[in-house]
Amino acid sequence: MIYDAANAHAFLEAFRFIGDHPGFLAHKALQQLELSGAAIGLGAAVALPIGIVLGHLHRGANIAIGASILGRALPIIVLIAFFLTVLGIGFINNMAALAVLATGPMLTNAYDGIDGVDRDVVEAARGMGMSRLQLLRRVELPLATPLLFTGIRVAAVTVVATAPIAAIAGGGGLGDIIVNQASYRLEGVLGASYCVMALSAGSWLLLLTLQKAMTPRALRSTMVPGTGDDRRELL
Amino acid sequence: MRAHWGDTLQPRLVEHVELTLIAVSLGFLFAFGLALLSHRIRVIEQPIALAAALIYTIPSVAAFLVLLPVYGVSTTTIVIPLTGYSLVILYPNIVAGLRAAPQDVLEAARGMGLTSGQVLTRVELPLALPAIIGGLRIAVVSTVSIATIAALIGGKGLGGPIFLALQEPTPFRTEIYSAGGLVVALALACDLVLVGAKRSLIRWTR
Repeated sequence: MIYDAANAHAFLEAFRFIGDHPGFLAHKALQQLELSGAAIGLGAAVALPIGIVLGHLHRGANIAIGASILGRALPIIVLIAFFLTVLGIGFINNMAALAVLATGPMLTNAYDGIDGVDRDVVEAARGMGMSRLQLLRRVELPLATPLLFTGIRVAAVTVVATAPIAAIAGGGGLGDIIVNQASYRLEGVLGASYCVMALSAGSWLLLLTLQKAMTPRALRSTMVPGTGDDRRELL
Repeated sequence: MRAHWGDTLQPRLVEHVELTLIAVSLGFLFAFGLALLSHRIRVIEQPIALAAALIYTIPSVAAFLVLLPVYGVSTTTIVIPLTGYSLVILYPNIVAGLRAAPQDVLEAARGMGLTSGQVLTRVELPLALPAIIGGLRIAVVSTVSIATIAALIGGKGLGGPIFLALQEPTPFRTEIYSAGGLVVALALACDLVLVGAKRSLIRWTR
């Protein structure tokens, strides 16, 4: 598992490996996307409601900051190893570990988005007689779309990029090749690494495009590409 | 944990701190230079930000492995990706910080006869400090965390004992918990130090 030697030719031979095994690599990539999708879904189901409710109540700013710092401080390999000792090898363990990773950016950005909605706008909506639920559904959520999506995008890319490590604990996907130098040799490992890079950059671009399409026209100029949760640390 | 402290955990912890320090310092130097440059030449800011965001999507495992045939099993192979990640985290924060100085403050400074260099060192940089330290917090915490994966290359740092433990048919829990706990504790300790530095350096916000 720990690599302690390398040959310089592998760099180019890796491309030949990709050319020789396109079907196999696509199958592994799909497996990885399945695991990532499940983890992002689970993370979103936990993080988004918490972030939205806390943001709506303007309470728990410390929880939001804490989630962002803690989410970065927990190394995936530690999470996987930890869940491995609790949940055993397999899909569930990896999904749980990756989901923990996904909650940080989603919770922080959801909180920021809802909490940051202009107070005057909220007052005006209240004055028009909107109930709490209407306020959330028709004012706060639409205005928070850019940040909600930023959180989902950052979480998704983090999960897709980290998922190969899950192969250590039986997660499957392209990581299966990466952690198995004995069978696939360094060129296979590198070929799979190239694919992982393409997959993660591709999902980033796809989600950015989707985000642009789904953001209300008036808010599009406020979108910044970036690493996502750098904003809240500014204060 | 005590049984493994001297022979495994302590040297791995020192390696981990070294890797983090080298990577964040280098990343900060590059990010600071780039940020100053794009503060002067505004047009290059967007392309750099986009490139930074794309670099950030590179999975760490892949980054380490791709450099392996080029630099072999060496500190260089580990430090380049770690530096890259801290650079792309720091750059947007420093740029945002430099932009934080209000327009009328800048005009007042110019009106007092400050040259553009003086405006930078006496007005813009002090006002950028909160954002810069905020960026450093994220960069340090992330680097400590990603450096764990760096153990893939040669087993350096606190990730080493974890990867070794995972190779066993029945993973050793003590090594996973102690090394893993140390990584998280190290990250949070660095964060606390930076929060303290921010409080003592930036008194005007209190």
